[in-house]
Amino acid sequence: MSPCNTGDNIMTDATGPMMAADGRPLKASLNRALRRQKLRALALIAPLLVFIMFTFIIPIGQMLFRSVENQIVSDVLPTTVAALENWDAETGQAPDEDVFYALTQDLMVAVEKKQHTRLGSRLNYEMTGISSLFRKSGRSVDDIGEVYADQFIDLDPRWGEAEFWADLMGAEGLTPDMPFEMHPDVFTTFARAAPAYAAFAATIASEDGDDPREEEPWNSVYLALYEDLKEAPKFTNAPKGIEIMSEFAPQVVDFETIDLAAEFADIDEDWVDPAVWQTIQTYAPEFTNGYFLNSIDRQKTPDGAEWRPEDEQIYLKLFWRTMLMSLAITGSCILLGYPVAWLLANLPMRTANVLMILVLLPFWTSLLVRTSAWKVLLQQQGVINDLLVWIGIVADDNRLALINNATGTVIAMTHILLPFMILPLYSVMKTIPPAYLRAAKSLGATNWTAFWRVYFPQSVPGIGAGSILVFILAIGYYITPEIVGGTKGVFISNRIAYHISSSLNWGLAAALGTILLALVLVFYWLYDRIVGIDNVKLGG
Amino acid sequence: MTKATDTAFVEFDRVQKSYDGEVLVVKDLNLSMPKGEFLTMLGPSGSGKTTCLMMLAGFETATHGDIRLDGQPINNIPPHKRGIGMVFQNYALFPHMTVAENLSFPLEVRNMGKSDRQEKVKRALDMVQMGDFGGRRPAQLSGGQQQRIALARALVFEPELVLMDEPLGALDKQLRETLQFEITKLAHDLGITVVYVTHDQTEALTMSDRVAVFDDGRIQQLAPPDELYEKPQNSFVAQFIGENNTLEGVVQDIKGETCIVKLDSGDIIDAIPVNVHTVGERTKVSIRPERVEYDKSRLSADAHTLKAEVLEFIYMGDIFRTRLRVAGTDDFVIKSRNAPDQTRLKPGEMIEIGWLAQDCRALDA
Ligand SMILES: Nc1ncnc2c1ncn2[C@@H]1O[C@H](COP(=O)(O)OP(=O)(O)OP(=O)(O)O)[C@@H](O)[C@H]1O
Ligand SMILES: [Mg+2]
Repeated sequence: MSPCNTGDNIMTDATGPMMAADGRPLKASLNRALRRQKLRALALIAPLLVFIMFTFIIPIGQMLFRSVENQIVSDVLPTTVAALENWDAETGQAPDEDVFYALTQDLMVAVEKKQHTRLGSRLNYEMTGISSLFRKSGRSVDDIGEVYADQFIDLDPRWGEAEFWADLMGAEGLTPDMPFEMHPDVFTTFARAAPAYAAFAATIASEDGDDPREEEPWNSVYLALYEDLKEAPKFTNAPKGIEIMSEFAPQVVDFETIDLAAEFADIDEDWVDPAVWQTIQTYAPEFTNGYFLNSIDRQKTPDGAEWRPEDEQIYLKLFWRTMLMSLAITGSCILLGYPVAWLLANLPMRTANVLMILVLLPFWTSLLVRTSAWKVLLQQQGVINDLLVWIGIVADDNRLALINNATGTVIAMTHILLPFMILPLYSVMKTIPPAYLRAAKSLGATNWTAFWRVYFPQSVPGIGAGSILVFILAIGYYITPEIVGGTKGVFISNRIAYHISSSLNWGLAAALGTILLALVLVFYWLYDRIVGIDNVKLGG
Repeated sequence: MTKATDTAFVEFDRVQKSYDGEVLVVKDLNLSMPKGEFLTMLGPSGSGKTTCLMMLAGFETATHGDIRLDGQPINNIPPHKRGIGMVFQNYALFPHMTVAENLSFPLEVRNMGKSDRQEKVKRALDMVQMGDFGGRRPAQLSGGQQQRIALARALVFEPELVLMDEPLGALDKQLRETLQFEITKLAHDLGITVVYVTHDQTEALTMSDRVAVFDDGRIQQLAPPDELYEKPQNSFVAQFIGENNTLEGVVQDIKGETCIVKLDSGDIIDAIPVNVHTVGERTKVSIRPERVEYDKSRLSADAHTLKAEVLEFIYMGDIFRTRLRVAGTDDFVIKSRNAPDQTRLKPGEMIEIGWLAQDCRALDA
């Protein structure tokens, strides 16, 4: 089969695919040429893409991730969380000694690492009071086990020496200039004391740069040691430290003991409240839907999600209000913007340009300035009320409340978002030839019918584009509602900002933000289904 | 063809129009049309044709003067009550309605019942041979099809007067010719009165009962096509309609139906005085290219002749077109039929040309 040259550098094979001049399949050649074009296009937008990636997409992704992330509980209280697994909240009893033992060990490390307050704040979102509970406990937890430390030292002063402990637990052949290392065998001999000592060693090394060979262990380590020795008979042929074990095990039976639960109850009664433990247990997993449940006024309980008490429900109401007010703002933007856009599109060029500048003027003024100006205008003693009183529409002692409520937000936001409605409307109306209206009238339609049946339907794409813009901008607006909204006129975004900057509950803020984003997407989708996104025109 | 019998159906009475208060776009327009007439407004761009149409339709108001429809002044009747059908240059079919909805629109606003409406829409669509296209949107139609729909829509509510503003301007030549024929036929079949605007003179000549030639806001001549072509009243019309040769000179003598003109080159020719009245007046003499004769045997013995040099000979199939230098002008054109006995002139040849005095019209300078 010899390819025949068709004269325009394309050769066709009698049976095969089209071939380019160089004998390669035409499709492949075309793809190659296109790929180069695409790469060049990509190179052009690459800087922006990278910028957006790092300043926008990654941070937002992280933020959204926070809405389900919950590692702090299992990070700070690893053994407690594990011990709690067997506890059943249904019993209505505080957990057993094992859990309190684990809590002592975890809390010591956490206090040293200053993590307990953070955990306290985290859990405080779910149950008020936990924050102070942790703070308070942080101050006293290092006393727990002191009783054992004293008795061990009374028994043998070597227990008070850092060196003795380090020899017992440390690896063979450690020289003073080497960092401290645990001997692997002691974890078998001292099932509790070894991990406790290891945690102690690691924590003081990382937090204060101290060497365990020079520091007396925490009281909690003595507690662990006592627990081990108490059950000594189990460890008969463990390799290291066995002689110490056998030396002291018989002697600790006479020790004065303590009840850990009681110790904690001493610090704060809340520690024996099953509700606290239930909260810790519920929020133990690394990922949680708790923030999302919170965002819709529900809460996690052992029996699944439940509604929050009536008086604590705020978010659904806020979402609902945000949407209603955004719709109201969109509606009033349509009502006010449509005639202006119509004028703009139908006036002679020069007049229209002047008007256009007036429309754009707000764009060139700071948002904050405009919003503050509304504050001045709308106050009870403000310009508008003064005017109404002066005209006599409103009594002086009955001035309208136009600000610090929903009315104020709607008024100010309508003003601020109006250009976003007018511009797309204008650019669509500009493309509707006046001949249509004339045609309609010549066919016998009154002015109104001609407008409603002929002009208006053609301007709907502009209304659509403007509405999407205004609605989506409004639903996430923050500054204006913050300034003029008072309590009755704030949006969900103000609540998000509050959680970001005041309550520092970023997880909840992230969950609220995610829901808001989802809402916008749902609206977009609905809009596409009902109006059709192809019908949206931002220009020509 | 003109039915000058009825009283005037459409009447412009000393109408003036100015958009800006400074320039008169329409100056002193007088026009009266009988019922059933097909009248075309023809004129160069900007001469005020659309403006006149818009005043008639009610979208512009006359600055001065009266417009009467069927004897009633309509200056104060809003457009939608005038009952005038209109076809726009770019069709103005409503893009968001189907063809059938477009057609039923004027019936709906007249509160016609649904079955009547369907019936009429169907009839109107059939009338323009677009019966199968009722469900389409205007954007799914070709230009010619859209034009037909626009026509049907202007006719479906049975107006007595239909205005068309360059309805065929955007179509190619062949389609234009087909539609020209269809529009005239429809207009005559339905007996409607049509005011048609175009700046295509062939269109004006072939379609109309009468043509109004517009220039400078005035009707320069209002006459049936043949009269317009053969007896232009002034040099603008002579120039504007068809091809025309112009020679300039001074009137030397007027004797009743003929006059003698001394051209600027010194030559003397015969002409009929159309709008020259006094001896010594400057004039532009107009002769149609196909009325120029160069075969001496066909000229009368006493006719004045001019010497001419052949500059160019163009073979155009059915006719020959020859450009001559005559009396100092280089663009004197003659046309001769391609007949077996016709001589084909050669460039450089010297000939003598002449014409019948009645074909040569002495017009305003
Ligand atoms: N709305 C208007 N405002 C001001 N001047 C106008 C307006 N419409 C038309 N004119 C002017 O009036 C004159 C006549 O315009 P008109 O549209 O009647 O011309 P026309 O004969 O229809 O031309 P064409 O053949 O190009 O359509 C023009 O000089 C035009 O510039
Ligand atoms: Mg025009």
